[in-house]
Amino acid sequence: MTDANTLMVEKYRNSFLKEVEANVEEGDWVRMCMQCGVCAGSCPLGPHWAHPPQEIFMMIRAGKREEVLTSDSMWMCTSCYNCIVRCPRELPITHIMHGLANYAHRLGIAPKMNPTRRFAKIFWDNIASSGRVNELTLSIKLYFMDGIASGIKKGLEMMGVGLGLVKTGRLNPLGLISHSGVKDTKGLHAMLKKAKEIEDKRKGLA
Amino acid sequence: MTDVVATNETILVVGGGISGMTAAIEAAECGKNVVLIEKSPALGGRVSQLYKYFPKLCIPTCGLEINVRRLRFNKRIRVLTMAQVSAITGDTGNYTATIKITPRYVNENCTACGACADAVSAEVDNAFNYNMNKTKAVFLPFNMAYPRRYVIDPSIVGTPEGEAAKAACKYDAVDLSMKEETLELKVGAIIWATGWQPYDAAKIQPYGYDRFANVITSVEFERMMDKAGPTGGKILRPSDNKEAKNIAFIQCAGSRDRNHLTHCSRICCMASLKQSTYVGEQYGDDEAAKASIYYIDIRAIDRFEDFYKKVQEDPKVSFIKSKVANITENQENRNPILHGVNTEGYHRYDNEHDLVVLAIGMQPSADITQVTSGVHTDASGFIQVHADNGGIFGAGCASNALDVNRAVQNATAAALRAIQVVNRVSGAEA
Repeated sequence: MTDANTLMVEKYRNSFLKEVEANVEEGDWVRMCMQCGVCAGSCPLGPHWAHPPQEIFMMIRAGKREEVLTSDSMWMCTSCYNCIVRCPRELPITHIMHGLANYAHRLGIAPKMNPTRRFAKIFWDNIASSGRVNELTLSIKLYFMDGIASGIKKGLEMMGVGLGLVKTGRLNPLGLISHSGVKDTKGLHAMLKKAKEIEDKRKGLA
Repeated sequence: MTDVVATNETILVVGGGISGMTAAIEAAECGKNVVLIEKSPALGGRVSQLYKYFPKLCIPTCGLEINVRRLRFNKRIRVLTMAQVSAITGDTGNYTATIKITPRYVNENCTACGACADAVSAEVDNAFNYNMNKTKAVFLPFNMAYPRRYVIDPSIVGTPEGEAAKAACKYDAVDLSMKEETLELKVGAIIWATGWQPYDAAKIQPYGYDRFANVITSVEFERMMDKAGPTGGKILRPSDNKEAKNIAFIQCAGSRDRNHLTHCSRICCMASLKQSTYVGEQYGDDEAAKASIYYIDIRAIDRFEDFYKKVQEDPKVSFIKSKVANITENQENRNPILHGVNTEGYHRYDNEHDLVVLAIGMQPSADITQVTSGVHTDASGFIQVHADNGGIFGAGCASNALDVNRAVQNATAAALRAIQVVNRVSGAEA
């Protein structure tokens, strides 16, 4: 398949670090890491991901392209910013994690079933269609992400919360039928399309 | 007492630590007149607070004694203690330095007999021991203090305690009417040797120096080893005064960190390697006694590599390649618990220790830009070598993060530069 991923493999055959520097948001910081390990130790989700940030940076430099981009590690980042605050070299680690995740997704090699990736996708499609998040359809999509049976189960589990939100006016049940987005939806879509074009061009993905 | 005669052929040395003493002695032994001023009541600086030197593990007071002797018998050096520079004006070969002298309340008659200290009971924080214990409000700064004269803390002046000290003196050495003095000195060249101070450990928030009693700094640990120190030469935990045997050292505490000091303080690796040997010295073959050094990389520069190798062979000392992420405290025994990831194999650890020593970074202790303009300093505040500095020269740790050996070499170089300036003034040199 002559997709974006193959294109990039060809282009940066010998240096994954260069590829990251050129295409990943804040990727040019990766070479500044001095492997002190303070980010790995500071991460509240640390024990739960395969590769802590400092290890990912080392893997990037070692050219382990496949392992890094298909890993679910950077998808585990919760943006608590502990690592950025403590990094002695002020690397924007949180942003690099999101940058890597986004890049892997754009190349189409991010782990397909990763829940963070799937939620991000649902959220993006939801907000991009009208310019405003429809919380009701967003939750429903999220609940039924893994099929009808588990969707109903999750829905029943959360029923109390949902009814509470409706009662206090925090959730509009009519959102299912009518949702007020931004005034100029067409304009919004045109803007997003153009922005994607520009970004793809800049990153050589087009 | 402060009738100091100085001309523009005099060299002013600011700071009486090992660098300032060296610069003053070297210049004076070359026949130049020197005024040496020191902020605290005695010469010696940080070196006098050290227990041992690396790498030879010899006693710093030995070299200090030799320097004091050279200085005492050199009539070209005038020493002013409790004195600080408040302003410098003028230009190369023709400076005027304004110097403020804080009253000591004890004059030259003092024989250091100690009768005045026996007569008072009030106590003040002992700055020599980094405030880890108290000292009498009338005190000799430390055993080897030069000038060998007592000091009276201003807090008891005007109280019955002060009068008691005066009454106890048989030599009429106590003078409670002393006032702050200001004098202006004409000098040809200035050597700025104000040395270093430990970085404020409380600013390293994740390590909890301000929250956990058993997290201390390397300079405090050094004082503990001194027989005349706050713990009488024993390694005792501040929380319960029990012997600490399982000791952790955290390197780069404040150094090489854009949130704190950007520079490498250069001495801390060797200082911790040295201090790790104290554990064996203190506890012998006791198996519970061990030192763990948490490091990013060990910077035992050039010939110090041998010392590093020797320490590596010590079964009591282990090395963990990791910058510790944070410290928490065991609520029951108040042991600090270190959290982080060992980057050799990416192993997560939660290690409990009796005591944590932060290998604290070094920063310049006095900012020269506050007293004069035009002197070039780097981003960390160290004085750089620059033609614009004129006849003002940084020496020792005022110019860079240096160990004692390098500070002394640096101070000798500064003395030579200052000598060249006064030689030009006197016409001895073109």
